[in-house]
Amino acid sequence: MTTLRQFLAVASLSLGAATTAQAQTEIQWWHSMGGALGEWVNDLAQDFNKSQSEYKVVPVFKGSYDESMTAAIAAFRSGNAPHLLQVFEVGTATMMASKGAIRPAQEVMQQAGVAFKPDAYVPAVAGYYTAPNGQMLSFPFNSSTPVFHYNKDAFKAAGLDPESPPKTWPEVAGAAAKLKVAGHKCPFTTSWISWTQLESFSAWHNTEFATKGNGMRGIDARLSFNTPLHVRHIENLANMAKSGLFVYKGRGNVADATFVSGECAMITGSSALYGNVTRNGKFGYGISTLPYYPDVPGAPQNTVIGGASLWVMSGKKPADYKGVGLFFAHLSKPEVAAASHQRTGYLPVTKASFELTDQSGFYKKNPGTDVSVTQMIRKTTDKSRGVRLGNFVQIRTIIDEELEQVWSSKKAPKEALDSAMRRGNELLERFEKANK
Amino acid sequence: MEKRVFFRNRLLPWLLVAPQLAIVAVFFFWPAAQALYQSLVEQDAFGTSVVFVGWQNFERLFADRSYLDSFVTTAVFSALVAVIGLSIALTLAVMAERVTRGAAIYKTLLIWPYAVAPVVAGVLWLFMFAAPMGVVAYALRELGLEWNHLLNPHHAMALIVMAAVWKQISYNFLFFLAGLQSIPRAQLEAAALDGAGPRRRFWTIVFPLLSPTTFFLLVINVVYAFFDTFAIIDATTHGGPGKDTAILVYKVYYDGFKALDIGSSAAQSVVLMVIVIALTVIQFRYVEKKVQY
Repeated sequence: MTTLRQFLAVASLSLGAATTAQAQTEIQWWHSMGGALGEWVNDLAQDFNKSQSEYKVVPVFKGSYDESMTAAIAAFRSGNAPHLLQVFEVGTATMMASKGAIRPAQEVMQQAGVAFKPDAYVPAVAGYYTAPNGQMLSFPFNSSTPVFHYNKDAFKAAGLDPESPPKTWPEVAGAAAKLKVAGHKCPFTTSWISWTQLESFSAWHNTEFATKGNGMRGIDARLSFNTPLHVRHIENLANMAKSGLFVYKGRGNVADATFVSGECAMITGSSALYGNVTRNGKFGYGISTLPYYPDVPGAPQNTVIGGASLWVMSGKKPADYKGVGLFFAHLSKPEVAAASHQRTGYLPVTKASFELTDQSGFYKKNPGTDVSVTQMIRKTTDKSRGVRLGNFVQIRTIIDEELEQVWSSKKAPKEALDSAMRRGNELLERFEKANK
Repeated sequence: MEKRVFFRNRLLPWLLVAPQLAIVAVFFFWPAAQALYQSLVEQDAFGTSVVFVGWQNFERLFADRSYLDSFVTTAVFSALVAVIGLSIALTLAVMAERVTRGAAIYKTLLIWPYAVAPVVAGVLWLFMFAAPMGVVAYALRELGLEWNHLLNPHHAMALIVMAAVWKQISYNFLFFLAGLQSIPRAQLEAAALDGAGPRRRFWTIVFPLLSPTTFFLLVINVVYAFFDTFAIIDATTHGGPGKDTAILVYKVYYDGFKALDIGSSAAQSVVLMVIVIALTVIQFRYVEKKVQY
């Protein structure tokens, strides 16, 4: 018996020693930021770890957005979820509906004793991640918005003024025609077709993409993008495709590479494409606001956000959450948020970080970087606040599929939009039923 | 011909096959049972709410026009992959067997693609056919064919078939080569002495004697086309244009891992399981009768 008792005593002693050695609480952070953006994430964690000694944020790269989300779901099901998970904007409704799996970011910050001021955050950004009751559910980390990128060298070669990019869709078609005459094989293309040509297009023209304020006011929303305005726009793009002015380059952000390489002269894509073009593009580069139809009243309004936010997963120790709250407070500091915005091209998270960047003269030194900000920092309307729908990943794929039928002239624009709406609404009905 | 071994101890045979049985149970039966269960429930992504829905997942699937269309797509794809893959591999095996000098080099080169992961195979072919700068796409344009697998369904299908076939040729080649080497020389020589040309010898002696190998490979290739090709499609066409290259297994993968619709994905994998069981039974019942062992 004595030996057993001795053994237990030794065992408990060594356990005690282990806990003191592990005084630092680790916070697992799964993200999807590769390359230069991965370095940015690591720097953020390192700065925070240096600023205090109690917590250690450990960033882990888990592949693309959908891969890291799938990985986190599998981990959650087996009880090994990370503390923090970076989720892309289309996954937002899924996360919001998974009440048992997440903890509201605002609550985590408040319980950590951090002063939380909801009006410190940029409304168009934080609003997207805020529940109808006004609680901020996830931390707005990296947000972007679609803008218009163009190749100034190609403009010059085609006899266009590189300093006055087209502002409206008729002007885009005109510029594309001139580029084509000058021998350009791909005058205009686009990435993220649903996000740029339907979701942001709707908000930009103060029109609903889906009912219930694009799903922001409830999960019983239904798609509504077959209005004459939407049909007119898709018809316009289809005509441009037929005459070789618009060239379809694939789903997702595949088209980005064709702009960076100089193959395509104009593109509507994420504002975060900025970093890639300035690093890898070998041409004069300009950014402008998303084109619109000048005869539509209320246009241009504002665009909608993309990118991702940080979600706090449930089921961890209370002490861990304190560290998460402190980390969020660190990310919200004006100087930290401003540095992130300037480094990546993502939108500023807080108003103070925007003002700080403005005062530092960053926008004057880097023309074009303020386009995304000015597109977003506007008073939003009920129709333009953002698009938040269940099963959104599938809805975007449906839109890809249906619009491909338009570019290959198999379906008329109205027919394709109607069909995309019908198929998408079936998914929304299911989501509503599953989350009552 | 059947050889029987008798064990004195009744436990020993079970003990000997136990490791294999355990593996089959853990890696085949357990997941299959899970799929069956999940196909009957509706759950949110994180599994926090699970509701039993009976056959609803299946009913919804078969009410979906695009799902029914993807049966046709899958049939076309699998038939193309199996037939083209086997024909090319057989041709290569016959030619490689005739080579005497540097045979090892040819064989190694032909077996190489098997070491490539499906995703990489997909990306490789995508690069070659990417308009306008891909090597093959460029050459085709010079010949007057505007290659566009993004919008032309035939081009898209051709692309995934090529990638899938290329990936599987090595495997087929190996088996055909082994089969060819086991054909008795005496028969071939006798036929040659009787005046049968190479073509005649191939069709009357070699091909019938190869039939067990061909049959085995046919089963393997159909299973391969049905199950192992989603990575190739995910890397090249994403099932597009429209849904024209969305074969059944790609939809299982997409709905389960991208769209997080686990109920529907499980139901689809159950349907796939039934199809493959049925196909295998048919092949063994009817095709095997024509095989000469």
